[in-house]
Amino acid sequence: MAAEVSSKYAVQMHGITKRFGSFYALTDVDLDVEKGTIHSILGENGAGKSTLMNVLYGLYQADMGSIYIGGEKVDIKNPTAAIEHGIGMVHQHFMLVENFTVTQNIVLGSEPTKSGITLNMKQARKNVLEIVEKYGLDVNPDAKIRDITVGMQQRVEILKALYRGAEILILDEPTAVLTEQEIDELLAIMRNLIKDGKTIIIITHKLKEIQASSDMCTIIRRGHYIDTVPVKGVSEDDLATMMVGHAVKLVVDKAPSNPGRVVLDIQNLYVKNEQRINAVKDFNLQVRAGEIVGIAGIDGNGQQELMEAVNNLKRCKGKIILDGEEIQNRNPKYGIDRGMATIPADRHKDGLVLGFSVYENAILEKYRSEEYSPGGRIDRKKMRSFAEELIQAYDVRPEDCGPRLAGGLSGGNQQKIIIGREIANEPKLLIAIQPTRGLDVGAIENVHKMLINERDKGVAVLLISFELDEVMNVSDRIAVIYDGHIQQIFEQGTVDNRTLGRVMAGGTVDEEELKAVKAAVEAEDAAALAHDARLAAIEAGEEIPEEADKFATKAFTPVTRAEAEAGETAAEEAAMAAQAAADAPADIIAEAVAAIPTETPEAPAEATAAPAEAIEEPMTEAQVRENIRALEKQLEDTQKQLIAMQQKLSEMQ
Amino acid sequence: MKTSLRRKFFGNPFVLTIIAIVLGFAVASLILLLAGFPPKESIRTLIQSMIGRPKDIASVIIRSTPIIFTGLGVAFAIKTGLFNIGAEGQYVMGCVVATMVGSMLDFPKPVAVLMVVISAMLVSALYAGFVGLLKARLGIHEVITSIMLNWIALYFSNWICGLNFFHKPGTIGMYPVNDCTYTMILPMWKKTEEGQAFLASHPLLQETLGRTDLNIGFIVAVIAALVINYLLNSTRKGFELRAVGQNIHAARFAGINVNRSIVHAMMISGALCGLGAAFYVTGQSPHTVSTLSAFENVGFNGLSVAFIAFSSPIGCIFAGLLFGGLLYGGAGLQSKVGAPTEIINIVIGVIVFFCALSYLIPRFVDRLDAARENRRKLKRDAKAAAKAAKEAAKAAKKGGN
Repeated sequence: MAAEVSSKYAVQMHGITKRFGSFYALTDVDLDVEKGTIHSILGENGAGKSTLMNVLYGLYQADMGSIYIGGEKVDIKNPTAAIEHGIGMVHQHFMLVENFTVTQNIVLGSEPTKSGITLNMKQARKNVLEIVEKYGLDVNPDAKIRDITVGMQQRVEILKALYRGAEILILDEPTAVLTEQEIDELLAIMRNLIKDGKTIIIITHKLKEIQASSDMCTIIRRGHYIDTVPVKGVSEDDLATMMVGHAVKLVVDKAPSNPGRVVLDIQNLYVKNEQRINAVKDFNLQVRAGEIVGIAGIDGNGQQELMEAVNNLKRCKGKIILDGEEIQNRNPKYGIDRGMATIPADRHKDGLVLGFSVYENAILEKYRSEEYSPGGRIDRKKMRSFAEELIQAYDVRPEDCGPRLAGGLSGGNQQKIIIGREIANEPKLLIAIQPTRGLDVGAIENVHKMLINERDKGVAVLLISFELDEVMNVSDRIAVIYDGHIQQIFEQGTVDNRTLGRVMAGGTVDEEELKAVKAAVEAEDAAALAHDARLAAIEAGEEIPEEADKFATKAFTPVTRAEAEAGETAAEEAAMAAQAAADAPADIIAEAVAAIPTETPEAPAEATAAPAEAIEEPMTEAQVRENIRALEKQLEDTQKQLIAMQQKLSEMQ
Repeated sequence: MKTSLRRKFFGNPFVLTIIAIVLGFAVASLILLLAGFPPKESIRTLIQSMIGRPKDIASVIIRSTPIIFTGLGVAFAIKTGLFNIGAEGQYVMGCVVATMVGSMLDFPKPVAVLMVVISAMLVSALYAGFVGLLKARLGIHEVITSIMLNWIALYFSNWICGLNFFHKPGTIGMYPVNDCTYTMILPMWKKTEEGQAFLASHPLLQETLGRTDLNIGFIVAVIAALVINYLLNSTRKGFELRAVGQNIHAARFAGINVNRSIVHAMMISGALCGLGAAFYVTGQSPHTVSTLSAFENVGFNGLSVAFIAFSSPIGCIFAGLLFGGLLYGGAGLQSKVGAPTEIINIVIGVIVFFCALSYLIPRFVDRLDAARENRRKLKRDAKAAAKAAKEAAKAAKKGGN
């Protein structure tokens, strides 16, 4: 929570809210940065880190909230005001004049002059050298920008800020473009700056760097403040978990998968990134017909390059085999013609031609077939009827959007057009990259349904997403990508967020631990279901036989033991139980789970359709069994009601 | 939000062009006034010298033809996401090649004309295609390469002019093209006694056909505009080219070969410039190319034409006519009113300027609409508040009773 306003803080931002149209980029975010520290701001892509810093630097104005510099309330209207308050920012993309020298770039806009008229570059050079030496920045002031490395350019940006008297330095993703060596050097420079009393704020989503550099870390998720923690006290897993959040169990209606032949087979894939470093290395993955494989991972671990290689937008080494045929190092059309469809991450850039009508966008791939352009002439009637069908089938709104420009539709409706178009090609392989980015809840559910539908039709689905919830809820198998390769693969329902977070940060989980985690997840699921059934029965006014009630409650016991005495209401109990299961160390859970079969008969588990593994042989008492059937029915009814209500809700939305 | 009628009206590119033209004349009037010329009379003279006599109209059409072609070329390139500032160089190359080929040929007319046209188109297309290739393969921006190629074309043209084989002694140009390639309407018959006699008895034809180089170029230009319009909007190729022009990333993602598209788009754009060059050389005297010290601006004027036409192929016909008319009428302005022809350049400049700015007009109208909507809402709210207050008062009264 927000600290008291005091001069011991270099920067305090309290209750910052920033809206873009109807979208809340930041909601009531607090940030307190102590003087002379390195403070990280951690969050996923689009969490709002950069927006928060742009507010501080005066590039955006907050709609609500206040900013204090050194305990004084300030109003930062533009970057000039920010500089006056001693704030300097190094953007991810440098803003340097390529064919100017380092010195010229640094003094640009505040050049020392002789009697106010002519430039005094000698003085400028001297000033620059002073700062260079003071902080051990080691930059040649006479080199031209275009001749120096990216790491050096970054130093020039830092120098620019320091030259303008920055006391507070904001670095936006400073290591994204650096080599390992350069990162180490940057860290050393940052420590020098701190020694001199400067304050540094780093925007990042790289956990390692936070550990290596920062004193404090503030976590932001989807525009909301999560927590501020001292970095020394937390592990990378904890940070990862806080960054991605706990899985929210969305109701994703889906039957178990029924995987068939291997449709996509990626073997020993290597792909270079812009910096010509291997971003994907020794990558192996198979996706079968009728299953959804989700790739979980923190942004920047090779997902982008993987997608580009599979879509033939980038050269690669290794093999990408689509239904038995190698498709790598061809052109995008080659894959599309052989049954590949992709829902791109950036629908504005890669998915749609915004200046085209919805009609034209609908046939962006089909247009070249003889069917849609017989003899080279576009069959407008066909185009229209196909697009109208698509608009109907996917409920694109407004209904009469066909002749309008695709750029005028809302994000959700644009996404529907893309998905509809891709699915209409009847692909063997459907790749969905961040398919729900920027969509509202109703639209997200829709997209997930469509993916599962395709899977059930026998399509192999590859889902790449930074949203852990999405990957966990939709995928049949979860493959964690880390540093360009698959770190580990999990079956759905055998792993929790916490464990995934750890693997996403580069850790591994061994078999035994996995068993414990799996058992815990199953126990949690069973307990939750049993509890729901019991509650539903109570709600329905059903008399629950003492015996059955006891079982249901008992099934719950292992995970609620700690909370049982608190005497919370049943609903709270369930929530806390889930929490406890997630938070308790693995060995305790394993112990607890081990206790289930012995202490509790299988009845409650069966009653609630818990995973088969948790169930042993049938019960003894026939009467109890009958009551359990009644309970099951209750549960079913309640679920139906719930689904109906959700539908109503989404309709209303 | 519903789009208001007003917004629809002001969102129409044709309306915007008209606004730009009116503003262009308004600014020109102001300048004329400041320079001490009577604006009303000057503008009237200008328009009169453009369309006063049938001969003027014919001359305007002749003058416009090459500009319509280059305008078409540039507009096509813009639609496909390319800025073909090299239209000038492609046009110059077309002229040189057309003259070279035309001066050597001696075939029956249709064959000769066809050969000149095809060779000019081909060379200009290749010249532009090279720019496209450099962009597609190496990522070099087309503006840079095509500007440099413009100069290369100019000096290539001058070099050819100086070659013994092509140089016509006693002039600064090449041998003109042979009669068999002429594309004027009935060029030979006009000179026969029979023709002369016929024309003498038909004053309208005498004035247009007899006194000018009225040629089939304009008709070809109109056909070309229709073809380009069809190509862009109704064909598979056009769909591809426009998709690449609008969003190269999405086009690539959708499996379109964007590199090939860029090269093809440039080649078609260049071919249009070459086509214009061929009809200029074969259709207008002096039917040859002279050594140039500077560009003749036919290609550059094409940029303005495409701009004024908002890159619409059909619009290029009208924009080209306007442009040719102003250039032709400007000369009349000087001789009759004494105002410098530069005033015409100002008019053209201002029209292009306002065309470029005209995207602001719909936005401005949007803002007006929003303000009106806001005012209405305020009024409604105020009314509702008043009503509520009245009812409250009534209730209070009742309570009091």
